Amino acid sequence: MISFKLNGREVKADAPDDAPLLFVLNNDLGVNGAKFGCGKSQCGACTVLIEGEPARSCSIKVSSVAGRSVVTLAGLTENGKPSKLQQAFIDEQAAQCGYCTSGMIMQAQALLDRNPNPTDADVRSALNGNLCRCGSHNRVVRAVLRAAKEA
Amino acid sequence: MTVIPATDRRGFLKAAGSITLAFAIPAGDALAQAAALAGAKPKLPGDMETNRKLGSWLRIGADGAVTLLVGKVELGQGILTAVTQICADELDVDIGRVKLISGDTAQSPNEGTTAGSFSMPNCAPAVRQAAAEVRALLIEMAAAKTGKPAEGWTVADGAMSGPDGAKASYWELASGLSLEREATGAVKPKNPADYKYVGKEFPRLDFPGKFTGQAMFVQELRPEGLLFGQVVRPPTYKAKLTALDTSAAEKMPGVVKVVKNGSFVGVVAQREEQAVAAAAALAAAAKWEVEKALPTSDGIFDWLQKTKPAKVIETKKQPRNGGDPAVKTLEATYFRPYHMHGSIGTSAAVAVLGADGVMTIDTHSQSVFETSEAIAMMLGVDKSKVRCRHVQGSGCYGHNMADDAAADAALLAAAVPGRPVKLQYTREQEHRWEPYGSAMVIKTKAGVDKDGNVLDWDLELFSTPHGTRPGSHAGNLLSARYLEKPFEMPTPQNGGPPNYAADRNGIALYDFPGHNVLTNFITDMPVRVSSTRGLGAYANVFAIESFMDELARAAGVDPIQYRLRHLKDPRGRDVIAKAAETFGWDKWQKKDGRGRGIGFAKYKNIAGYCAVALEVEVNKRNGRVRVVRAVAAADSGHLVNPDGVRNQIEGGLIQSLSWTLKEEVKFDDTRVTSEDWVTYPILTFADVPPVEVVLIDRPGAPFLGTGEAAQGPTGAALANAVADATGVRFRRGPFTPERVKAGLTA
Ligand code: FES
Ligand code: FES
Repeated sequence: MISFKLNGREVKADAPDDAPLLFVLNNDLGVNGAKFGCGKSQCGACTVLIEGEPARSCSIKVSSVAGRSVVTLAGLTENGKPSKLQQAFIDEQAAQCGYCTSGMIMQAQALLDRNPNPTDADVRSALNGNLCRCGSHNRVVRAVLRAAKEA
Repeated sequence: MTVIPATDRRGFLKAAGSITLAFAIPAGDALAQAAALAGAKPKLPGDMETNRKLGSWLRIGADGAVTLLVGKVELGQGILTAVTQICADELDVDIGRVKLISGDTAQSPNEGTTAGSFSMPNCAPAVRQAAAEVRALLIEMAAAKTGKPAEGWTVADGAMSGPDGAKASYWELASGLSLEREATGAVKPKNPADYKYVGKEFPRLDFPGKFTGQAMFVQELRPEGLLFGQVVRPPTYKAKLTALDTSAAEKMPGVVKVVKNGSFVGVVAQREEQAVAAAAALAAAAKWEVEKALPTSDGIFDWLQKTKPAKVIETKKQPRNGGDPAVKTLEATYFRPYHMHGSIGTSAAVAVLGADGVMTIDTHSQSVFETSEAIAMMLGVDKSKVRCRHVQGSGCYGHNMADDAAADAALLAAAVPGRPVKLQYTREQEHRWEPYGSAMVIKTKAGVDKDGNVLDWDLELFSTPHGTRPGSHAGNLLSARYLEKPFEMPTPQNGGPPNYAADRNGIALYDFPGHNVLTNFITDMPVRVSSTRGLGAYANVFAIESFMDELARAAGVDPIQYRLRHLKDPRGRDVIAKAAETFGWDKWQKKDGRGRGIGFAKYKNIAGYCAVALEVEVNKRNGRVRVVRAVAAADSGHLVNPDGVRNQIEGGLIQSLSWTLKEEVKFDDTRVTSEDWVTYPILTFADVPPVEVVLIDRPGAPFLGTGEAAQGPTGAALANAVADATGVRFRRGPFTPERVKAGLTA
C-alpha cells in the first residue's frame, strides 16, 4: 500500500512498488489527464507535477512518490471550473485531438509557477520535450502567454 | 460512440452567451416535390442518399432532448462540432440541447469510413436536410393541432409561434412525431445568411472536458471488472512462431490467460504493468523463423522503379493537338520516403464478449462499420455479433493501428468471456507495425515553348498501395494474418476517379496543352502501407509544384507569375494571389541564406484549395534548414466553422513541414528500425514557425473538405524556398542537415 497526496487529497494505492505511476493514476485511482504515449520519457503525454516539478509519470515508479504530492490535470481545476491556464487553452482552442494537451498544460503550469512572465522563446523551450502530432504548437504557445498575461 | 456531456456544453454556452433567434419557415423545393410526385425516389443530399430515414439521423425527445446520430466520427478535427452547429441552426434549437451519437454500428447511420475530407461534403448536407425536414414536420403538426395554417411559424429553441398567437413546442409534439419515414428532399434548408452558429467562430464542444481531466478518450475508458491485454509482435513482417513455452509467463503475477493462436501471441492480466511484463517475457521466450526480404529504406526507390507493377494506369492521356514542337525539354525525378502517421497516443481498444455472444468493442477506428464486419470474419461469427462504438483516440491522420487494436482486443476478450479487456500498444509496436504512407518515385518531364511555358507535360509515378483499410475483410487486420488459420490479405486496389489514391493530385490543375499522367501501381508491399493524410497527393503535389518552380526558374519568370500563366481556375488563382499578398511576396528582399517558396493545390482537384508561401533560412555550414515563417491561404467553400478550418490548415502545414524536414521510416533487410521518437524524430516547439492562415469564404457554395489540403503545397513550398536560398534543388526528403549539407558541397 502506497500513500501519497493526489490533487490535495491523501490517497492510498494497493499497487506493486515498481508499477509506473501513470498506470496507478489511471487504473487504480481512476485519474484521467495523464496519458500513455511512449512509456519511455520521449513525448510528455503523461506529464504530472510531483512536488511542483514536471515529471514523466510513465517512467516513475509509484513507490517513489510515497508521502509526496502529485498533481494531475483535474487537480488544476478550481471548484470544478477550468483554471486560468486551462481556460486560456479553451480560449485559444489550443488543440486538435487534445491527446497531448494534458501533458502540455502540466508542463506549462510548472513553467508559469517558476516564471510568471515567460517570453515566447521561454515557452517553446519549456515545452520542447512535449510532442504534438496535430500541429497545435502555436496555439499552445499563445494559450500559455495568454494565461501569463491574465494572471 | 462519442458522447459529449450535455451539461458541460450548456455550461460553456452560458459562459459564451447564447442568443435565440427565430426564422421564417423554409419554402419547399419544387424539383424534389416533382420527383416525389412522379414516384421516383428523390435524390437526397450527401450520405442521406443511402440512409434515407429521418429517424436514422435525429430523435426528438418529449424531455427536450435532441439526439443527432451520425456515422462519421471525430478524429480531432472538430467535425462533430461543425455538424452539431448545422443541426442546431436548421432545427432552431439551442446548440446545448443537441446530444450527439457518432459511429455506433448499432445506432448510427452507416456513413462508411471517416476519411479523405469527406465528412463535410457528405455528412453535413445530410444533417442539414434531416434537421430541416424534421423542423418542417413539427410545424405541420403544430399547424394541425392549433388549426392554423402551416405558414408563418417561427421557432426559438423548440418553442413555436404561429399565426394569431398560436403556440406549440417541439417537446409537446415529440411523442406524436414519427421519424420512421424517408426524407422527401422537398424541404429547402435555410439561407446561409440566417444561420446563427454556422459560419461563426464556435469553440470545440469536446475541449473543456479534455482540458480539465474528464474521460474523453478510448484510452481512458475503465469499465467495471477491466482486465488488461498486451500482444507480442513477431520480429519481422513474415516471421513464423516455431516454439513458445508459455508456462513461465502463465505463472507470472496477475496473469489471467495467455492466448496463443498460430503465430499470434497475447496475454491478459489483472494489471496493466503485469500484462506488459508478461508480454515481454513471452517475447523473450518465443522462437521465430524470420525472413530477410526487405529492400532497405535506402534501396526502396530503386526497388519501386524496378518492380513490375500490378497495373499501369493511364490516369490522364491528353496528347497535344498540333502546334509547334517544344523548343526545350526539362526533366526531374522526385522521391518520397515512407512516412508514419505517428499518433501521439498509441492505438487502443476495449472489448468485451457479452453473455448474448455479442463482442462489443470501443474503438477509435475511422471505419467502425467495415471494421466490425472484418472482426466478425476474423472471429468466425455472424456480423450481427460484433458491435463497434467509436470513442475518440489520439489524432490519426489516416489508417493507423486503431483497427488492429480493436481486433486484438477482441481476440483477447474472446478468451475471457464476460470480462472487458483493454489493450494499448507499446510505442515500439505502433511505430514498427502501423501501415505507413507509401514511398513514391515521381518522374516529371516538360516540353516548353520559347518563353518557357509548358506545351507538353508528362508525369509518371511509382507507388505501392495507399489503401489497405479493413474494408470488411479480416485479411486487412494485422493479427488475422498470423492466426493458426491465417486470413490472407486481399490485393489492394488503387482508387479511381474522382478521388484517386496513388495518383491523387497526380493530374496538375494547370491548363497544359499536352498532359499525360501514368501510374505504376505496385501491389507488392515490402513494408506495411495504408492511407496516410492525403495519400499520393503529398508526393504528387511535392513533385508538380517543385517542377513548376524549376520551370519558372529556367524561364526566368517569378514562380507566382509562372503559375498564374498556366492556371485558369479562378478560385485557384485567388488563393495563390491571397497567399502571395499575405506573405508580402512583392516586397520581399533577398538576404544571404534566406529563400522563399510557394506551393499550391486543390486537394483531389475537387476539395479545398490551398496555397502556402514560406520563408527559410539555410545554414550553409551545417545544412540546417529553419522555417522562418509560413502563410497559407485556403478556400473550403462555405465555411461552417472558420476557426476549425484555420486549425486544420495550420496543423496540416506543420505536420507536412515535419514530414519534409525530418521524417523517413528506416528499415534494414529484415525489420523496421524506426521504433520510437528518437529513431523517428518529428518537429518540436523550437522548430515550429509562426503560421498565418487566411481563409476565403464562399457563402452558399458546397462545403469542401480541408483536413488534407495543406500537405502537398507545404512540402513543395519548403523545397522551393530551400532552392531559392541555396541555388540547389533538393528532390528527396527529408531535408535533414546531413542531406542538405551533402547537397550543398556536392
Ligand atoms: S508516455 Fe511518458 S513521456 Fe511519453
Ligand atoms: S493536439 Fe493532437 S497530438 Fe497535440
